[in-house]
Amino acid sequence: MPSYVNPDKCDGCKALDKTACQYICPNDLMVLDRNKMKAYNQDVTMCWECYNCVKICPTQAIEVRSYADFVPLGASATPMRSTDTILWTVKFRNGTVKRFKFPIRTTPEGKAEPAGGFETKGDLNSPALFTEPASLGLADVFRLRN
Amino acid sequence: MVDFETVVVETDLLILGGGMAACGAAVEAAYWAMQNGLKVTLVDKAAVDRSGAVAMGLSAINQYVGLKDGANTVKDYVDYVRNDLMGITREDLVANIARHVDSTVHLFEKWGLPIWKDENGNYVHEGRWQLMINGESYKVVVAEAAKNALLESGVGQIFERVFIVGPLMDGDRCAGAVGFSVRENKFYVFKSKATLVAMGGAVHVFKPRSSGEGMGRAWYPPWNSGSSAYFTIKAGAEMTCQEVRFIPVRFKDAYGPVGAWFLLFKSRATNAAGGNYMIERKAELEKWGPYGRVKPVPANLRNYLGMLDVMEGKGPISMRTEEAIQQIADTYKDDPKAYKKKMKELESEAWEDFLDMTISQALLWAGTNVQPEERSSEIAAAEPYFIGSHSGASGAWLSGPEDLQTEDTRGEYFWGYAHMSTVKGLFCAGDASGASSHKFSSGSHAEGRIAAKAAIKFVVEHNSMPVLEPAMLDALKAEILQPLRTFEQYQNATTDPDINPNYIKPRMFMFRLQKIMDEYAGGITSQFTTNEALLKKALELLAFLKEDSVKLAAANLHELMRCWENTHRMWQAEAHVQTVLFREETRWPGYYFRADKPKLDEENWHAFANCRYDSQSNTWEMKKRQVLHIFASQPKERELVSA
Repeated sequence: MPSYVNPDKCDGCKALDKTACQYICPNDLMVLDRNKMKAYNQDVTMCWECYNCVKICPTQAIEVRSYADFVPLGASATPMRSTDTILWTVKFRNGTVKRFKFPIRTTPEGKAEPAGGFETKGDLNSPALFTEPASLGLADVFRLRN
Repeated sequence: MVDFETVVVETDLLILGGGMAACGAAVEAAYWAMQNGLKVTLVDKAAVDRSGAVAMGLSAINQYVGLKDGANTVKDYVDYVRNDLMGITREDLVANIARHVDSTVHLFEKWGLPIWKDENGNYVHEGRWQLMINGESYKVVVAEAAKNALLESGVGQIFERVFIVGPLMDGDRCAGAVGFSVRENKFYVFKSKATLVAMGGAVHVFKPRSSGEGMGRAWYPPWNSGSSAYFTIKAGAEMTCQEVRFIPVRFKDAYGPVGAWFLLFKSRATNAAGGNYMIERKAELEKWGPYGRVKPVPANLRNYLGMLDVMEGKGPISMRTEEAIQQIADTYKDDPKAYKKKMKELESEAWEDFLDMTISQALLWAGTNVQPEERSSEIAAAEPYFIGSHSGASGAWLSGPEDLQTEDTRGEYFWGYAHMSTVKGLFCAGDASGASSHKFSSGSHAEGRIAAKAAIKFVVEHNSMPVLEPAMLDALKAEILQPLRTFEQYQNATTDPDINPNYIKPRMFMFRLQKIMDEYAGGITSQFTTNEALLKKALELLAFLKEDSVKLAAANLHELMRCWENTHRMWQAEAHVQTVLFREETRWPGYYFRADKPKLDEENWHAFANCRYDSQSNTWEMKKRQVLHIFASQPKERELVSA
């Protein structure tokens, strides 16, 4: 099934300008059924279980049931992603539960500045890229000495 | 059929793709476009935040040279890559990426990617070239910088959910691309002065091990469908290393990463009898020339030694996670508190490795009640993939940078613009570029930057919009939308839309391709082994498949994309079979074995095997190209870099 949608929680993102899971799925699998106003995964055999639909869903309506052709039933991995951290709850088939917390970024969302604060230079004929040599931490870009 | 609006977009530089290489291209191009008053357009078939091979995240950056600390030199990296690829690599291209990649990694850190640091503030290395990261949002952060660069400066625009089918040509110059929206009935024509292809590698060309739901769990993402290869082949570009497919050994079925286990945790892999094939089969390495003697042992030879165990019935091969964790923890055994803390830390690191980049593997462990500190896990060779990075090498044959050539290489490897293909105005990066392996996520981003700067220079020096014939555009539109028309015309001829004598749906088309490749071109069920007769049979069956590709049928826009993705895969397959047939030796035994030419032949085949599709004659031209060195006369490079 890979990703599946809980119909009790999915509201079709009707308050948003786009259906979040449909917007994000890298493989164009999540679709909104406009009659039911519920999303579904249109081809579970092409799902990579990347969890991007799970992470983006504003109502936590999407979960993953592992590939049934090689994974025994009963396990789950549930993420809670905030602006700087992700919390995972991993449930084993035998009931064991493990929790993990990892950082995901060190800057405020939206604030990635292209030059990263490095000095930029503008010679189109030099091998140096626009933030180089500053972003290399070297005096110059490596060149062959022939 | 409903009418499709034709949308024409004119731009100076067209970036195709949205992954690491394309995002690198966007960041770099925005700066130079601003300086020169140019426009940049990026087109992604998905959403840039989570597209490409890093869509899920990654747990490591696999290319960091460490130039500023004097840890390694550019030449060290080139030596590593050349040895791993059994001597066949473009040193100028690999060196060009290696001299810029650290700069890109330092940008990632500024943008907000958490890179592990030790107590002295230095990066934590997984291996010599690899850095550990908290990479759940790796792609989000990199995409954000790319979007900010293009949109905030006003030089760029981004189209998401537009699928690029193929190139537009103005004589011998690439003039842009054509495609369609997968959300609305629109046919897109992008006219450009330079085009940069970064649409990834190819997955699902060969039959995958899992054939049910798990089919989607390829090691490389299933949305890598050969679009880069198709685009460059159809534009008439010379291609290289089309035989150098990549087969990673990973945790079996869910394909979780093994790098942290082998490199960071120093784990062994053993067979059913507890034997270690890397030790027991060491003598086998002697058969593979100088490459069998280098350290680290080339990836494909490591694969091969393990495969020999499996073929002899000595499987399963197990990653000895319990042993590795115990050995690390044992160094704290005299301090119970520190021991407990270390065990907790190792457990968290082991799980993060999967949760950051292969969540399925965490689910497989949880579903089979595996705790790595208690029990080992099986590893296996995956199915073959086409990828210009890792230890794969397939892609377009590109010009190197002018300043990394020697007198010998200049005439062979340089024709005007860094990372431009043999087609004017057509640049490549990431999995689209060949013979420059081991670039991974960071090197792909760096290569995108390199190619974008060169492409802007090309635009400045060739600042004219190509001319396109309206009749050609009409013909392309008709051809691209044909699967929708075919479905509409014949769908009522049967009671089941999937079974119809008038057409073939993309799914069965893909299965047919995979079966041909698996059985005749050395896939998993033929133990990665093939020969001349089998390859010729593959070509015969691929020719029928190509004829039938005009009968592909699509019920909607999603299926129309699937039709073209599978056509792209088919062309990648044909280039592969042609080149495996051309190279009459076995050079990468852990990727494929030519049973009729079972030995390494340095005398005749220490060379690139290149190919070019000629659309006029509908034939493939095969040619050998020389392997030349740029570093032979550079013994003092280390001193020069640190100075």
